[in-house]
Amino acid sequence: MQNKSRRAFMGKAFAGVAGIGAIASLVAMKKTWDPLPSALSAGFTTVDLNSAEAGKLNVVKWRGKPVFILKHTPELEKDEVRDVVIGSDRYTVLIGLCTHLGCIPTWNPGDSKFKCACHGGEFSASGVQQFGPPPRPLDIPPFKVNGTELVLGEEGEQYKKILAATLVS
Amino acid sequence: MAEIEKSEGIVDWLDQRLAIKKFNKVMMTEYWIPKDINFLWAMGVILASMFGVLLISGIFLLMYYKPDTAQAFDSVNYTIMQEVAYGWLFRHIHGVGASVIFLVIYIHMFTGIYYGSYKKGREMIWISGMLLFVLFSAEGFSGYMLPWGQMSYWAAYVITNIFGGIPIIGDELVVWIRGNFFVSDATLTRFFMLHVLLIPLMIMGAIGLHFYALRIPHVNTQTGDSIDFDAESERFLSGDKKNSKVIPFWPVFLAKDFFVLSTFLVFFFYLVFFHYNFAMDPVNFDPANDLKTPAHIYPEWYFLWSYEVLRGFFFDIFGISAFDLGLMAFAFANGVFFVLPWLDRSPTVAPANQRPYFKVWFWLLILVMIVLSVYGKLPPTGANAWVGFVSSVAFLVLFISLPLVTILERRSTK
Repeated sequence: MQNKSRRAFMGKAFAGVAGIGAIASLVAMKKTWDPLPSALSAGFTTVDLNSAEAGKLNVVKWRGKPVFILKHTPELEKDEVRDVVIGSDRYTVLIGLCTHLGCIPTWNPGDSKFKCACHGGEFSASGVQQFGPPPRPLDIPPFKVNGTELVLGEEGEQYKKILAATLVS
Repeated sequence: MAEIEKSEGIVDWLDQRLAIKKFNKVMMTEYWIPKDINFLWAMGVILASMFGVLLISGIFLLMYYKPDTAQAFDSVNYTIMQEVAYGWLFRHIHGVGASVIFLVIYIHMFTGIYYGSYKKGREMIWISGMLLFVLFSAEGFSGYMLPWGQMSYWAAYVITNIFGGIPIIGDELVVWIRGNFFVSDATLTRFFMLHVLLIPLMIMGAIGLHFYALRIPHVNTQTGDSIDFDAESERFLSGDKKNSKVIPFWPVFLAKDFFVLSTFLVFFFYLVFFHYNFAMDPVNFDPANDLKTPAHIYPEWYFLWSYEVLRGFFFDIFGISAFDLGLMAFAFANGVFFVLPWLDRSPTVAPANQRPYFKVWFWLLILVMIVLSVYGKLPPTGANAWVGFVSSVAFLVLFISLPLVTILERRSTK
């Protein structure tokens, strides 16, 4: 009887040690796969908008993702919520990855749409989905307007306004 | 301790220490296989051999491959293909082998479905086999990333993005799997580790389980008849080999398997030397470019059917988004094969051609999977999108209706 309870105690002690060890190991393993600090901090991209040409898509790279910057021509439909207004100009600023499975849509000036070749998704010039499987509009990256410069990665006033407006709708 | 005597030779010396004679009997000369089988029963040995071929060719590639985004593409397309003596051969063996092993896996799998080899005690054979299918799929996907061409990169992008569909944790899970906000160096190196170490280890374990799962229920026969293995093996050992319904695994069964294997290997090396291009997508000879998606993305042929199920739902239904519907259908399609033994409600173990309802179901399934595979490669526009949608729905309906089909069959054949 005494032996049995001793064995039971040893069993429980081992289970406790092994359990704590297993949880600690899993935490360490999970964290090993997290993005490295260098990857996390790699990034604020500043774009000078002075040279932007209306109707022509500019693609800049931010945190490894393509960011679309499109200066509007007067004919383009206005989107009061999603457009970025700098001075008298309107811009579309988007993360250029289809919200379906992450392909890069192409800008089609003919009918003013972004079209994704992978699964046929289509977005308006402001990035709102119009056809196909994309579940939501193209994402807008955090940005801050600095005169005629756009800083990607920082959250400015206009960005917060857009974020609030799109969350409500 | 065992009684060790002066040995009569190397075999006896080993036998006293490792019981190799007993081991040989259990694993080989007295492991019984039914006689009533055909060449389709040789697929298992072909698969085991192909795994060996992939392992060996992989070891040779491993010596020059560099899992680094700056060097991966050139280490494959320049170093291995042009500098290393016979590097091209090992690459083509590895690439063609990966494609062909899936062909044989599908034959093996559908042989099992056709002959009803997944039920009445054989459930664990089926489940361990499906586990191998999943592991080989992961192995194929992680390996496809390594040459770091355009298709490698964008396949990695699209497939890792699928995890973003999981509720709540999705977006963070994708970043965690990639080790960055995008498919990057960290992603390549960790998938390299998975491809050359962790998944192969798991595959070897699963192969062991798969073989072991055969020991108790034994392999099925062409007719599905159950055999008294004890009585039949006794008959064989007593000398009445002609009337016994079983043969030993070695040398009798394997002798025929090796013949089928050599026929297969002639075909395999014909592909390796003369028709390797089908396994070498031209788009993947452009280096990975994270700012340019290829005009049209598609997986290798063996993933096309499930890829088509994923993208078959291109419009919202009942307020569920097309994206979520596709994901759910995709998850269903990849999981449902595991529970096949429980979806089939008929106790009959017989080839499909002797089961009036199941026969129709089986050939419809083959047809739907072929249609899905063909349209999975075509651009998803216009009528193609609708064919994809209809055949995806047909695939789901087939599996959902299987219990009904087999219950009706059971009642009608009583």
